[in-house]
Amino acid sequence: MHAALDRTLIVMPALNEEASVADVVREVYEKLPGVKCLVVDDGSTDNTIAEARSAGADVARLPFNLGVGGAMRVGFKYAVNNGYDNVIQIDSDGQHDPSGVIKLLEALEVTDLAIGARFAGEGDYTVRGPRKWAMRVLSVTISWVAGVKLTDTTSGFRASGPRAVRLFAEHYPAEYLGDTIESLVIAARSGLRIQQVAVSMRPRAGGTPSHNPWKAATYLGRATMALTIALLRPRLPDPEPGVAVV
Amino acid sequence: MNLASYLFGIVTALITLFIVIELLRRRRLRERHAIYWLVAGTISLIFGIFPQLLVFAAGLVGIAVPTNLVFFVSIFVLFFVCIQHSSELTALETQTRVLAEENALQEMRLRELEEVVRRMPPAIGVDTSSGADS
Repeated sequence: MHAALDRTLIVMPALNEEASVADVVREVYEKLPGVKCLVVDDGSTDNTIAEARSAGADVARLPFNLGVGGAMRVGFKYAVNNGYDNVIQIDSDGQHDPSGVIKLLEALEVTDLAIGARFAGEGDYTVRGPRKWAMRVLSVTISWVAGVKLTDTTSGFRASGPRAVRLFAEHYPAEYLGDTIESLVIAARSGLRIQQVAVSMRPRAGGTPSHNPWKAATYLGRATMALTIALLRPRLPDPEPGVAVV
Repeated sequence: MNLASYLFGIVTALITLFIVIELLRRRRLRERHAIYWLVAGTISLIFGIFPQLLVFAAGLVGIAVPTNLVFFVSIFVLFFVCIQHSSELTALETQTRVLAEENALQEMRLRELEEVVRRMPPAIGVDTSSGADS
């Protein structure tokens, strides 16, 4: 068992994931003994809450859908208020393998934010066409801002150390794409160290990534706008330790 | 300009002002949102009563057709109010979102607390009326 696990909070944003959430929670407890698992229900209309509780997770229920960003803010605030040092985000659809958490936690010993990346040599997940180009543009720009090579900036499999948790509990972006792109920009510009860790990812349980070129173009447009606005915003100071978040 | 169109301008401005003040009086409109409409209504009333002022003002800024000044100022005010509304909407959305987050966290605390209370022995529980037989 990894020593940091009992100071680590696993946060799983879940929107209508009744089919997979219980299995993912069980797998987390099985592979990561001692960890605490918080499922943030993002306004689901199905049985997600009951399924997650039956598997032994704590569930925070948002009264309506806020998106991944809003769900993660709940997780970060919970971590700060209950004394957890690290927050690890895992998708509740089962595409992230919980064994990757150990690698992310090891990375947190020398860095503030560890991104589990799909294209860093492991796994068989592929993206093609315009969506790939869009992700390439994002990677290059954010790598430049962060000062470290990042290849998978939209990965939802990431670990935040104590500095990142304090920063994100107050300033985690809630807009579309804010949880991936803008959060990296905020972290980098607040002086946090970011590192990429190779993890394998499983194909998504439901549905495949879209290869519609129009959707890819829209995605690139919105991502570029999110990135530009994130860069135009004032820098946020690195928050002091020990300050409670209201 | 005949008397009818002269009165038409004044009456329209008065109706606008009356509606805004009435909404303010019934607390259906807050001062900070009403101020632009009050200013706009007052300006249109002044120009309605003294149309020569409009010609004078248009001449000052070099606009050949005075009505164009009216259109310009009107569009500017509407544009400004729209942006202000978008900004207020953003603020409201942020507040709602934070409340939802807080609500989720409080609900968790309440749930944990209820769990603790349920596990308490009856003697020190809240309900003391049935404590005699335990």
